[in-house]
Amino acid sequence: MDQKQQNRKTARRLVLVAVAMFGFGFALWPLYDVLCEVTGLGGRAIQVSDNNELAIASDRIVNIRFDASVNSSLPWVFEAKEKLNQYNLGVPSKALYLATNPDSNTITGQATYNVTPPEASLYFVKTECFCFTEQTLQAGESREMPVYFYVKPELPEHIKDITLSYTFYRQGYSPSGNPAHH
Amino acid sequence: MSTEISYTDIDDVHDDHEDHDHKPTGFLNRWLFTTNHKDIGTLYLGFSLLMFLIGGAMAMVIRAELFMPGLQLVEPDFFNQMTTMHALVMVFGAVMPAWVGFANWLIPMMIGAPDMALPRMNNWSFWILPFAFTMLLSTLFMDSGGPAAGWTLYPPLVLQTGTSFAFVVFAVHMMGISSIMGSINIIATIFNMRAPGMTLLRMPMFVWTWLITAFLLIAVMPVLAGAVTMLLTDHFFGTNFFNAAGGGDPVMFQHIFWFFGHPEVYIMILPAFGVISEILPTFSRKPLFGYASMVYATATIAFLSFIVWAHHMFTVGMPLQGELFFMYATMLISVPTGVKVFNWVSTMWQGSMTFETPMLFAIGFVVLFTIGGLSGLMLAITAADFQYHDTYFVVAHFHYVLVPGAVFALMAATYYWLPKFSGNMYSEKWGKIHFWLSAIFVNVLFFPQHYLGLAGMPRRIPDYSPQFADFNMISSIGGFAFGATQLIFVGVVLHCVFRSKVKATAGVWESSRGLEWTLQSPPAYHSFTTPPEVTHNMLRHAE
Repeated sequence: MDQKQQNRKTARRLVLVAVAMFGFGFALWPLYDVLCEVTGLGGRAIQVSDNNELAIASDRIVNIRFDASVNSSLPWVFEAKEKLNQYNLGVPSKALYLATNPDSNTITGQATYNVTPPEASLYFVKTECFCFTEQTLQAGESREMPVYFYVKPELPEHIKDITLSYTFYRQGYSPSGNPAHH
Repeated sequence: MSTEISYTDIDDVHDDHEDHDHKPTGFLNRWLFTTNHKDIGTLYLGFSLLMFLIGGAMAMVIRAELFMPGLQLVEPDFFNQMTTMHALVMVFGAVMPAWVGFANWLIPMMIGAPDMALPRMNNWSFWILPFAFTMLLSTLFMDSGGPAAGWTLYPPLVLQTGTSFAFVVFAVHMMGISSIMGSINIIATIFNMRAPGMTLLRMPMFVWTWLITAFLLIAVMPVLAGAVTMLLTDHFFGTNFFNAAGGGDPVMFQHIFWFFGHPEVYIMILPAFGVISEILPTFSRKPLFGYASMVYATATIAFLSFIVWAHHMFTVGMPLQGELFFMYATMLISVPTGVKVFNWVSTMWQGSMTFETPMLFAIGFVVLFTIGGLSGLMLAITAADFQYHDTYFVVAHFHYVLVPGAVFALMAATYYWLPKFSGNMYSEKWGKIHFWLSAIFVNVLFFPQHYLGLAGMPRRIPDYSPQFADFNMISSIGGFAFGATQLIFVGVVLHCVFRSKVKATAGVWESSRGLEWTLQSPPAYHSFTTPPEVTHNMLRHAE
């Protein structure tokens, strides 16, 4: 093959590699989510089920801490009614959070969640949660927000304490200050 | 691979010129439209020297503000812009283009090729750089200011940059495109244009290290481009890649960024390894010790660089298994790096050493880079990293590998090959003064930063507790002196190119070996138009 053609062929192949790596950068995004779901990393692999019947009660007890925080973009007060409680594995249970909007405007927020240790999130089942939907509070309104859950009895023996954490954000919050589109 | 190559067409094009070197006449034709690897190499080197001075001026602002506790010279936000821009300019504007410049000059001459494989693309890869950096630097003069979240551009902080952020992202895109095109050119040149007899395992180490670097660049620069594109859409178009409120994850940015970022640090240092492996044998008058192991060690380092990225983010809350994996993988890198350092020492062992300026810089590199490597090992220890993370210890570490590491290697390469490029000898006296002042003040500048970091001084903060005052003042004095010393370098280079009356011989150095030294100094505008027949005794490293 002639030199020029050979060079162009090499260049074309290498351009393909570069384009593929650009795609790989974006592929990392879904791959990251899949990895988190499979391994529980990030503590967001919580399972959602609308059926309490699947729960199988066990004698084993686990400590669950309830953590609450609010992003600075949202002027709400948000806390867990009980900070710490003991639960039997496999028993459908309920925990209460309390959110207050001291602002003079109606504000909508949405909560994100995670579980620590991340491994425990694979065994944490929520049947109902205020975090599944947007929450709107009128000016001065306070509301109890329940979460219904159980922990699967297959939880590994070495996990004795679990922390369930929520962070409330203003609806459409984005760090750049531009409203996010939905 | 074809060995029967016709280069006559290259000469035909310029036959109408009278100049015996066939250089194009006129400034625009010579520089803006040039496709000559030597001209483009010169452009890259001149550009990177300019960027080195601009980035250095920013470092002076940083060290001036940190001279004393309290806020005295600049606003905190401007200070943050300085740390961010200093890094972006030095990494993408000074060190990387300087290596591409040397690659352009040297690779064709080292492998016996008439030019780079894709000369027009070569022109383009250089000429988008001045535009990229004009865009990047122009953000400093915009209302919303330059980027101020560190060169790592972590969200959510970086998303608080104003509208000038778009300029930053597009500048990074252009730098990336430039690097990728440069790398494609280098790989195509090395694969397709070696002279007969120049087998892969006869190639000079500089060619080998650049070949591997080019593959790293093609693999990771597009990933950086993807990451900053996601930042761009998060900032302006409401996507939620990294926005926790919208279901994204800011930690994911750190993973993507460091998947690029860790290979990036080897992109800056592997060509330096190549240069040191060229210079030490010349002034030790011995062949390079362990040539083949040098090649394999370089390839191993490049491979490992892809699986250690999370050691930059030990404190984000990884599971223990992850921390252990990244700790051990990181420590593993010290094995091939150790192979290199011991090979360099063995090359010098019992050699008839002389200490011309390039050799001084090369030895300075071996000693001081190793200090940076060892502090890197300390940082690799996960448990200890929780104390070191984001402190001046990290700053000291990476400046040891980048300044007396990559930059010293660039200086060494300049002193070593500039007589070849220009045809004139530089002033040995001023070269040595430059080396000794640099070697002393680089340590005055960066060594105290180890202690500052261990004592808990955080990076990227314009003010600090009074307990850190003494070491910061010493560091700043070292910084100003090191900065001033580099003006000597500029003077030596300008003198060598334009004023020096001492002509360089073809070999320049007593014991230089390799194809580039068989050409006259300076080499003809078009060299190796007929490929040389390479035999093993022409090379230093061959079997």
